[in-house]
Amino acid sequence: MDFLTLLQILDSTIRLATPLLFACLAGLYSERAGIFDIGLEGKMLMAAFFSAAFASLYGNVWLGLMAGIASSLVLAALHGVASITFRGNQLISGVAINFLAAGLTVLIAQAWFSQGGRTPSLSGAERFQPITLPFAETLSGVPILGPIYAELISGHTILVYVAFLAVPATWYLLFRTRFGLRLRAVGENPEAVDTAGISVTGLRYAAVAICGVLCGLAGAYLSTGLAAGFVKDMSAGRGFIALAALIFAKWRPWYAMFATLLFGFLQALALRTDVVEGIVGFKVPSSLLDALPYILTVVILAGFVGKAIPPRAGGEPYVKER
Amino acid sequence: MPKWADVLLIPLISILIAFVLSGLVILAIGEDPIAAMNTMVSGSLASTYGWGYTLYYATNFMFTGLAVAVAFHARLFNIGGEGQAMLGGLGVALVCLSVEWPHWLIALPAAMIGGAFFGAAWAAIPAYLQAKRGSHIVITTIMFNFIAAALLVYVLNEFLRPAGSMDPASRLFPEGAHLPTFQQMFSTAENPLFRGAPANVTFFVAILACYLVWLLIWRTRLGYEIRAFGQSEPAAVYAGISPTKIIMIAMLISGGLAGLMAINNVMGEAERLVLNSVEGAGFIGIAVALMGRSHPFGVFLAALLFGFLYQGGAELSLWTNIPRELIVVIQALVILLTGALDNMVRIPLERLFLAMRSEKSS
Repeated sequence: MDFLTLLQILDSTIRLATPLLFACLAGLYSERAGIFDIGLEGKMLMAAFFSAAFASLYGNVWLGLMAGIASSLVLAALHGVASITFRGNQLISGVAINFLAAGLTVLIAQAWFSQGGRTPSLSGAERFQPITLPFAETLSGVPILGPIYAELISGHTILVYVAFLAVPATWYLLFRTRFGLRLRAVGENPEAVDTAGISVTGLRYAAVAICGVLCGLAGAYLSTGLAAGFVKDMSAGRGFIALAALIFAKWRPWYAMFATLLFGFLQALALRTDVVEGIVGFKVPSSLLDALPYILTVVILAGFVGKAIPPRAGGEPYVKER
Repeated sequence: MPKWADVLLIPLISILIAFVLSGLVILAIGEDPIAAMNTMVSGSLASTYGWGYTLYYATNFMFTGLAVAVAFHARLFNIGGEGQAMLGGLGVALVCLSVEWPHWLIALPAAMIGGAFFGAAWAAIPAYLQAKRGSHIVITTIMFNFIAAALLVYVLNEFLRPAGSMDPASRLFPEGAHLPTFQQMFSTAENPLFRGAPANVTFFVAILACYLVWLLIWRTRLGYEIRAFGQSEPAAVYAGISPTKIIMIAMLISGGLAGLMAINNVMGEAERLVLNSVEGAGFIGIAVALMGRSHPFGVFLAALLFGFLYQGGAELSLWTNIPRELIVVIQALVILLTGALDNMVRIPLERLFLAMRSEKSS
């Protein structure tokens, strides 16, 4: 494998890691506040559809992004109502949201576009375009570092940079602000937060809403950045991989970035079976490569790679003492 | 609140809300909900052909519904029914293809063992990881669904696909492994019934499975231990019940039931192993179990309802502009309302009954 191939693979690693990173950070906020969310997948899918649909209808990707985030927020609100207000089972609510998104997107896509559950393919201003960072052209002549800057770091869509900037932002918000301290406290010990006179419900709704916005960004990137349009079930389990990355990262932002990059790398490898064959020396079935992120997740969950301890009050509805 | 309200009224109200919401969805995409309902009813219940499909789907959902229900009793959420049923299909196919079966009465029990064994084995790993390493069974079973799909692609392409065929499917099962369909069982020469419909003798196996699960849960020591563990783990441990044992056994039974579904869709209908033969039945099992309140009789009724919805949905996509995915939406609403938003229906109803009672006493 030569340097250029490596760069190509790393480049697609970054692209493929972006939706995972958004979704993983989304789950991070929600679960740190004590709300399990296996509906990341559904929210992403919903946002992917509405982003592509509005971008296609109005010819403006930013309008699409807004619509995607809004649709994801609606599902997040549903999850909040079910699991915070009505103290329902958060896992079941998440499963329901996943199915709701899988069904509604195809239903609406068929009604709006009549193309068998997809949107028309997007082009031009309907998609996020790659951004060339300053000096990428001039520096590309510099050996090794030049191509890395020009190929790997420059030339992604804006959402990619937003995703990677969201990592330090999340770290700062969670670990350096009062809101972050309270948000983490509500996931560990809601009674204490309540005793201090802070609304548990309010904090949890805030966390769920942030989760909705980030899932919206993930979905919008899927259909208007990574791909050119929405197709049925296009999230393809990414919400679950993000959950796995979250556990792997032990609910911490920087680790979340590395975990999603690792899973992105595995997905990038699965696209380049020829390269994998060149490295290991024999033909690897592509279905094994497809299954690798999921197998790795199970191995991680089994605790063979360090113990992951979730937020203590996770999954438990908070009942105020009377 | 009286018991009948808990087991009957709440599910009925939830389903009613789900249906009204689905009607609104149909309205919102510019179709007529009443006409849609008519198409669904006439397509699934108005002929023995329709019934043949409805009962065929209901058979699938009974198995997967029971699978989820048994796990629910131990307070385990098995989302892996889909993957377990896929692997069950592989087990059934391997059994059916292994020898020239002389008669279906011999082939069926063998295939049942094969399906249940493969399904149970696929559930065993997440169960073991939950029991011994505390890995969350919801996430691991979801992962195992994806791994099962990849595994099936691999096995079909590399081993089971006949030489020269491009289609990722096994060869047809031998003649002796053919299960009698309702058409063969109930038709007479002058009065053909269930013509061309896939419902088969497996339907009765599913009903038997409902009965046996009821026996297991409410009439055996093991069932008592499973329920005790589900109600309160510390209490169960105090009573000398081993959590590891209950988690393993409950999940093995659950996976086995999901795997058993394959005698219906793989052996009874397709008569060969194809990709995506499960068609989401494993997930519908979640809705069926929630709606049936994890009781085998409830599962039976809910499976019939979803059989009707599934066949009706197929007819809808055939005759109208409404895609099949409408069923996924209804399924989601049922899961949401009977599972997560249970309290939304329950709390006002409880208040109502309390108010009625205090009025009576005063």
